[in-house]
Amino acid sequence: MNMTRTLLAAALAALALPALAQNSLTVVNFGGANGAAQKKAYVEPFEKSGAGKIVSVEYNGEQAKIKAMVETRKVVWDVVEVESPDITRGCDEGLFEKLDWAKVGSKADFQPAAVHECGIGAFVWSTVLAYNADKLKKAPTSWADFWDVKTYPGKRGMRKGARYNLEFALMADGVKPADVYKVLATKEGADRAFKKMTQLRSNIQWWEAGAQPPQFLVAGDVVMTTAYNGRIDAAQREGRNLKISWGGSIYDLDYWVIPKGAPNKELSHKFIALASTPEAQAEYAKNISYGPTNTKALAKLSPTVMSQLPTAPANASNAVQLDIKFWADQGEELEKRFASWAAQ
Amino acid sequence: MSAATLPAVPLADSAQLARALSRGERSRRNRALALTLPLLLFLLFTLLVPIAALLLRAVQNPEVVNALPRTSDALARWDGRDQPPAAAFAALAEDLGALRDGSDAGALARRLNTEAAGARSLIMGTYRAVSAGGAPTPTLQGAREEAARERLIGIDARWGQARYWVAIANNSSRWTANYLLASVDFKRGADGSIERMPPDQQVFGRILLRTFEISAVVTLLCVLLAYPLAWWLSTLPARRANLLMIVVLVPFWTSILVRVAAWVVLLQREGLVNKALMSAALLDEPLALLFNRTGVLISMVHILLPFMILPIYSVMKSVPPTYLRAAVSLGSPPLAAFFRVYVPQTLPGVGAGALLVFILAIGYYVTPALLGGANDQMLSYYIAQYTNVDVNWGMACALGAILLGATLVLYAIYRRIGQAELSLG
Repeated sequence: MNMTRTLLAAALAALALPALAQNSLTVVNFGGANGAAQKKAYVEPFEKSGAGKIVSVEYNGEQAKIKAMVETRKVVWDVVEVESPDITRGCDEGLFEKLDWAKVGSKADFQPAAVHECGIGAFVWSTVLAYNADKLKKAPTSWADFWDVKTYPGKRGMRKGARYNLEFALMADGVKPADVYKVLATKEGADRAFKKMTQLRSNIQWWEAGAQPPQFLVAGDVVMTTAYNGRIDAAQREGRNLKISWGGSIYDLDYWVIPKGAPNKELSHKFIALASTPEAQAEYAKNISYGPTNTKALAKLSPTVMSQLPTAPANASNAVQLDIKFWADQGEELEKRFASWAAQ
Repeated sequence: MSAATLPAVPLADSAQLARALSRGERSRRNRALALTLPLLLFLLFTLLVPIAALLLRAVQNPEVVNALPRTSDALARWDGRDQPPAAAFAALAEDLGALRDGSDAGALARRLNTEAAGARSLIMGTYRAVSAGGAPTPTLQGAREEAARERLIGIDARWGQARYWVAIANNSSRWTANYLLASVDFKRGADGSIERMPPDQQVFGRILLRTFEISAVVTLLCVLLAYPLAWWLSTLPARRANLLMIVVLVPFWTSILVRVAAWVVLLQREGLVNKALMSAALLDEPLALLFNRTGVLISMVHILLPFMILPIYSVMKSVPPTYLRAAVSLGSPPLAAFFRVYVPQTLPGVGAGALLVFILAIGYYVTPALLGGANDQMLSYYIAQYTNVDVNWGMACALGAILLGATLVLYAIYRRIGQAELSLG
């Protein structure tokens, strides 16, 4: 899937070149259900307002592309959605423009985590425990249940990599959600997490792309899986009886950034400002269950929509926020250790 | 032009003729060169230059030298064992304060973090604190160095640990073998000597072996499947053979991703293959055919099979069937005749096909990523990871260089054993 996306993005970027008139903006996101929701909530209102045309491009989060554009000074992307570890890293390395907050909104209206010098939080999403309610009689409620192959025999889906899995392993081993990163930062904590992963190893079916876990559940390949909550929500909207257990989920933000040297900074700020209004964010949350970062958007949502969001009090009470600084520092080493662990 | 058609020439003119001939030869050679020039230039810019850039990037190491010239000097004579000299702390504070903008610090932080996890936040935090300024600078040199040490450790206590200083010291030259060492599981120790990685960081040796293992198994399976099929095709009349050849080639026209998706539908737990086997009562439990090594092998063999069939088929077409008949009529049992007369003549095709499939398989990325588990990823998966996710291009290039080197070595061995030029039929 990576490759088609890459080719598609390259083709679109090439097509977009001649169209780079004054009022055209290239907005890059991760596509899928999320891209569709963004189109409805942000792109269409923006174009309707007469501010300009938007060329939508999909990518898979590869920061290499932004780095290559910035280094060769041929920046063709105006606004890009990036994941949280990448905004800090890219900001440090000078890949992004500093955001002019005066043009996008008042910092006080946003969750503290959404405020960044190089960007603004676009939405809150979560990695959760999901299961097929048609196939499990007793609902799993914790990561300990996820590890319990006696009560819940069958395969588990997990993302191929260290991030999230090590946190889940520690919670399954009895570490309180609030202490996860404190424990994981120590050598013993990391050993403990990998040891716990080893217990489950023969029952794991690995996934690579976010679209896979709901498909695994529907196809009966796995009895439960880690998954991005929006993907489960999308499957529910298609009538699948998939359920989420929110305890011990890990939530994180995606951000809007402007690559350094992007051609239409003024218009880019306009787009980001529109995408950060309470109205647009509320519309977005209605289309996919990712939480708004603008706290004023919450008042515009119905209780049913609210109950599906990672930011809903009931869902967030026992959740962990992904520690960006921890993963920026330790990520490369832990991912390498994960590869070494998997090869044993 | 044969000698008989040449007009008889007097001896005096022969020198002139030789000149005329060599002029003709030269212009023909120039024309040939001019015709191949586009291809040569194309190869130069799309193959040789990128490969050279890749090899260069695998040993380039400018970040630390550019950002920390004074610190590099101050650490030049440090043995890596005890605390670094106080002068190094002063030099570091001075270097960080002199950085032009944050992106230099960011590049330095990224580079050092790949050597010592945690260096990213350490460097960025210290850089921000130092560039904010406000520290008094004593005029006496000794006092100034001591003050710098206290100040840095005050900003972040981790400056008291030797490992971050070792990372700086080991990267204070413009060229480095560190990336290449890391891609074969070695690293530089505190005193600069080469040592094994700690066990939980040893990984690429095994992954390289895994890459070759998967490629070898795929190649073997392809030979076993392709040989009988190619033999059957070569015995058919031309019309039917051509028709069947189209069937062999159809997968070529389909995107790899479509074929991968098709295998998911077929092989998943409640997919067609498992359903069929279970309804035929051959199985009680569905087989795990996907997201493990089996799925990767099935799909890779399917995708690469035409590359094996084509060269074998074209060599078999050129083997006269009379040889086999002659052997049998001279009294050889049919099976022995097949293995001792026919098979040896088709070996060049098998060798070419095997080499082609093996080399293509080594670089596989999408198929194992989508159909394999965590233990089935090949080296290119990690090259992509370092390129796209970690944005550590030095490491990506070093792994690429290792893959290229290993492939060339294998090709040399093949040439040695096969004692033949690469023949694609």
